Amino acid sequence: MKNIKYLAVGIFFGITFVKAEIISWFRIQEMFQLTSFHMYGVIGTAVVTGMISIFFIKRFNIKTFSGEAIVIEDKKFDKGQIIGGLIFGIGWAITGACPGPLFAQIGAGFGVVTITLLSAIAGTWVYGKVAAKAPVQNE
Amino acid sequence: MIELIKEPWHWLAGGIIIGLTVPVLLLLGNKKFGISSSLRHICAMCIPANIPFFKYDWKKEIWNLFFVAGILIGGFIAARFLQNPNAIVVAEKTQTVLKGYGVTDFTGLMPLDIFNWQNVFTLKGFFFFVVGGFLVGFGTRYAGGCTSGHSIMGLSNLQWPSLVATISFMVGGFISANFILPVIFKLLQ
Repeated sequence: MKNIKYLAVGIFFGITFVKAEIISWFRIQEMFQLTSFHMYGVIGTAVVTGMISIFFIKRFNIKTFSGEAIVIEDKKFDKGQIIGGLIFGIGWAITGACPGPLFAQIGAGFGVVTITLLSAIAGTWVYGKVAAKAPVQNE
Repeated sequence: MIELIKEPWHWLAGGIIIGLTVPVLLLLGNKKFGISSSLRHICAMCIPANIPFFKYDWKKEIWNLFFVAGILIGGFIAARFLQNPNAIVVAEKTQTVLKGYGVTDFTGLMPLDIFNWQNVFTLKGFFFFVVGGFLVGFGTRYAGGCTSGHSIMGLSNLQWPSLVATISFMVGGFISANFILPVIFKLLQ
């Protein structure tokens, strides 16, 4: 199964989500109440780490392990990034989770977040239903 | 060593590991870090309902579902075997504000006054699980990504639309945490 490696990356990632307390509803409230630097530190460091990584990948034309050229598509601007972004932000502060932490919260024993996840899937479905004519978004 | 791992991790460690997910996924198979897409793939897999937005070959994207399944398992491992023995440290000011809203549990990562099965069929559950979740799912798809796809992957790749999205996420969050949540808690009291 060639997909097992992504499961492994996910496990490592999920552990980090819990241990760095990124899944904490409290940390999200602190972020939006500007009472703690924690989440800004996490996201800022992650962006800088990602930026340096992509810089090196592009600069040295690094290939995937199987020798494929690495291609990253550009994101196209769409007003959805503003409207959808605001809508997601509102949900983020209420649930204390973006989609990734939802999965980690469930795993970490907050089983009731399954309802939140199902509702998020419903939200995605409704978007697909009502916005079927909108251009396909970035993956 | 294990004691150190059980402590809450510093934001620097968390940020570096999360940031490294970007090159790891690229090197492993040209995969772009992004999590909200998994919700779309689940729709395409389970309830496509002939909607064009869900008519695509989701099997090609199945790595993403393995990835999120891993996140769930990782959450379990961390909580089961690496749990912080102490209560979470929440900023004083935030504690005061939340206590004013009626939150009383400050022991775990999530307040059990809210995130509890007993609240599922209550107004509280409706706001925090159903409405909140719906906004997350609808908003991320409308925005074409979430914190991972835009804020981390997109910004790492210097994409200005991702910066627009990230600013919008933050503005929405500030409005929600400071103006909408107080109203929700008031309704619940």
